[in-house]
Amino acid sequence: MASSDQILQYCLSGLSTGAIYALIGIGFAIIYNSTGIINFAQGEFVMLGGMLTVFFLSVAVLPLPAAVTAAVLVATLVGVIFERLAIRPLKDAQPITLIIITIGGSILIRGIVMLVWGKDTHALPAFSGNEPLFVGGATILPQHLWIFVITVLIIAANRLYFHHSISGKAMRACSYNARASRLVGIDVKRMVLFSFAISAAMGSMAGIIIAPLTMTSYDVGVMLGLKGFCAAIIGGMSSGIGTVFGGLIVGVLESLGAGLVSSGYKDAIAFFILLIILFLRPQGLFRKGETERV
Amino acid sequence: MKRELLKFLLFAIVVSVVPAFVSGGYLLNVLVFVGIFTMLAVALNLLLGFAGQISLGQAAFYGLGAYMSGVLTASHGMNPWVAMLIGAGAVGLLTFVLGFPILRLKGHSLAMATLGLGIIVYIFFNETVDVTGGPSGLSGIPNLTVGSFVFDSDLKNYYLIWGFALLAILLAVNLTNSRIGRALKAIHQSEVAARVLGVDVHLLKVEIFTISGVLSAIAGSLYAHTVMFISPTSFGFNVSIELLTMVIIGGLGSIYGSVLGAALLTLLPELLRTFQDYDIIVYGLLLILMTMFMPGGLVRGIPDAAVALYGKLKGGGADVER
Amino acid sequence: MGKIIFKTLSVLCLMLAMASVTVAAEPIKVGALFSVTGPASFLGEPERNTAVMVVDKINKAGGIKGRKVSLIVYDTQGDATKAVQAATRLIKDDKVVAIIGPSTTGDTMAVIPIVEKEGIPMISCAAGIKITDPAKKWVFKTAQNDNLAVQRIYEYLKTQGIKRVALLTVSDSFGSSGREQLKGLAKSYGVDIAADETYGPKDTDMTAQLTKIRGSEAKAIICWGTNPGPAIVARNVKQLGITLPLIMSHGVSSKKFIELAGDASAGIIIPSGHVIVADQLPGSDPQKKALMSYVKEYQARYKAEGDHFGGHAWDAMTLVKMALERGAATPAAIRAQLEKTRNYNGIGGIFNFSPTDHAGLTKDAFVMVTIKNGDWVLIKDKKAGGKAGAKK
Repeated sequence: MASSDQILQYCLSGLSTGAIYALIGIGFAIIYNSTGIINFAQGEFVMLGGMLTVFFLSVAVLPLPAAVTAAVLVATLVGVIFERLAIRPLKDAQPITLIIITIGGSILIRGIVMLVWGKDTHALPAFSGNEPLFVGGATILPQHLWIFVITVLIIAANRLYFHHSISGKAMRACSYNARASRLVGIDVKRMVLFSFAISAAMGSMAGIIIAPLTMTSYDVGVMLGLKGFCAAIIGGMSSGIGTVFGGLIVGVLESLGAGLVSSGYKDAIAFFILLIILFLRPQGLFRKGETERV
Repeated sequence: MKRELLKFLLFAIVVSVVPAFVSGGYLLNVLVFVGIFTMLAVALNLLLGFAGQISLGQAAFYGLGAYMSGVLTASHGMNPWVAMLIGAGAVGLLTFVLGFPILRLKGHSLAMATLGLGIIVYIFFNETVDVTGGPSGLSGIPNLTVGSFVFDSDLKNYYLIWGFALLAILLAVNLTNSRIGRALKAIHQSEVAARVLGVDVHLLKVEIFTISGVLSAIAGSLYAHTVMFISPTSFGFNVSIELLTMVIIGGLGSIYGSVLGAALLTLLPELLRTFQDYDIIVYGLLLILMTMFMPGGLVRGIPDAAVALYGKLKGGGADVER
Repeated sequence: MGKIIFKTLSVLCLMLAMASVTVAAEPIKVGALFSVTGPASFLGEPERNTAVMVVDKINKAGGIKGRKVSLIVYDTQGDATKAVQAATRLIKDDKVVAIIGPSTTGDTMAVIPIVEKEGIPMISCAAGIKITDPAKKWVFKTAQNDNLAVQRIYEYLKTQGIKRVALLTVSDSFGSSGREQLKGLAKSYGVDIAADETYGPKDTDMTAQLTKIRGSEAKAIICWGTNPGPAIVARNVKQLGITLPLIMSHGVSSKKFIELAGDASAGIIIPSGHVIVADQLPGSDPQKKALMSYVKEYQARYKAEGDHFGGHAWDAMTLVKMALERGAATPAAIRAQLEKTRNYNGIGGIFNFSPTDHAGLTKDAFVMVTIKNGDWVLIKDKKAGGKAGAKK
């Protein structure tokens, strides 16, 4: 039988991976809300964050804070370039076509990284040591604290931006109704660009803070991206607290599933619960039902 | 309708004479796989192109068909044809039952649900080691036979698989030109309008989902009996994405486009081999460029481009009627 | 109507373009199937590099009996479907006399029906025991069978007096094959499996599984996987403060693992091929010469450490070369010569093929090594426990 210490450990482990899923999920949601696109390249930003940091640390020999900043900047730039070159030129494209383009983009980014930096896995040093910290009978690493703190900060910043700045409010307006927003003078195209920039930055940050725990390589983005997508769906594609809970739920479910039921089926358990949630509440757990626009 | 039939016959003739021009080597082997992917792409296109319902888990049905055939024949010594039938029936039942809740979902939720389904099935292939052989796969699957005739060469399999693929195409062509097809197109354009006109939209979607699943399962059975070995990696998420790409590149809603998409994506790695290690980049780039510049897919894109080029050469008058 | 003709023509053109690729048949053509990209690229890439290196060396030395060797490498991407296509191409279009690879058990199992039917000798570089058990006429392998590594581990545990273990294996073909052997051989070594956990190849956190293991009665943990999973496991073990001995598989036997796991790698024990401790072997070791030249040549050419996996390709290519040197020219003759291989001192061990044994190695192919001060250290074999170990 599982002891309470074990349960605590499962929950803590789940929460820390869940926080990462949440960050990635919010990136999905931001782009989805402003464009209606499910950006399958989201996971690649996560990968870019980790790989670029490794690059700036080892090849350019920057100190960690500078390397992190540089990595986020470059990843954001990639997001912006991607939007400019591949998304913007398409007017009135079907969402499904756009999905394919993002899949193409994700293959392209992954391919370039593979060629430039090879297929090896790279480790990133922890931000502040590897000495485990005790929480009751469970242990976490200082890096987990970094993950929690940075996630909270990013989400808070997000909220400030979307609710208290002009461009943030404009972006929200676009997500409700792009045509009406255009009528009141909002530059919708610019907002789309912003959304790509923000979610690329968030994704890369997620990739950086998790890399010391999980290592990084050119192909880490795929699975993380899917889990993030999962988080966003449970959260009802909200770019706020809903997706955060979505991420934490997925993370904890996985961890509990592995610990209490079967480690082989843990992803199946997580996805099964996702299906149930979708069947019962297709709009996500945290969003009121909406009628479809005709 | 007559025109469609003519088109089909012509295509069937082309398919049946192709082996005469291919010297029986490697290319024929690739064309066998093109046939399998054609079936899969056509099946997905029915769902995506005509009913407008996305599926990111199509490989699950393909895999279920393959594993049903593989397990029943290799481990239980069942007749391959019976196994194929059971596989198709089981997948049909599964898609029909699951179709009801899943197809109530729309857009990204539907994408996620089908994706999740695909991943769950994939995990089961991996984890039920005693039944499926797990990640190291299942071998010892026999070829299909008719009496004492064994489908054990590429040429025989070519005709076998393309026979099935042609049937699938015929079915799809018929479906799209039937009352159901017109109703489907209506769903695609405006679901509400279709519903108002008295179309039982939901049931129709479920039916298409089922047909699509059954076709994929049969393709899976054919794969299992041709390759004689199956492992979970052939039915993972990336395969679902590959199928989606075939349909989009060929052209949403165009049956022959799917054939072209399947052929192109199966042959593409071959054509890209000159790029060596750069092939993955070229692949990604092609995907982006093709969808950007030929959003209607190759089937519409190539004639459009040809017409545009023709117009340019003639100097103006680009609006040639097609 | 015009549309259709256009379509037909373009398809036909495509086919003609593809069919017209032919080459004059002067050199000896050897085919290679490696998963150079995709999830198993950690196998395929060093294997491809090594095979190319070996062939270049052969050609620089004037080839075999005056004929150059041309190596045709196709990437299977670790996908059975692509492996089948590539194998067909090697046999039907390129008309190779032998095939080395594929890298993974799955690819190999998929290709076996073709080589058996066409009668082309193939030397697989994958570890799965199913490949040569039962022996198939045309199929050989150079990667050590998993059961040999498992036997080594259980013998080692016996010397340590450990009887209860927890398994943590990756859910891909490498891990599941290891898991099968670990469970299958446990009884004959009197080992009790207290926990049997798995993790996904792309999982990023294994603390849940390890927490469960910590709560079990296991006295040692055996983790079976390839980078980066085991490195994460090593770190998670340290994070959770678990002090049980941690034993891993030969799947991590490269410096890369130590680099990834960092401090957490200290004290981990693995069964490994001789290659990572080549310089620590006594000069009398029959494999030492081959090992040292492999390590040196790989380092010189690729500026990287030649690993265990590349060694499989070295052995496969060298076996083919030796068969050719003994006068074999046709696929059938090469197969016959391969089967007669005796006492070949390779990277993976000392090979002795026979009509019933196409894997050719014994458990002596493995040594137990541990990690000390960020490097691999040979655990001296006491032989006492080794011989006493229950066999069959």
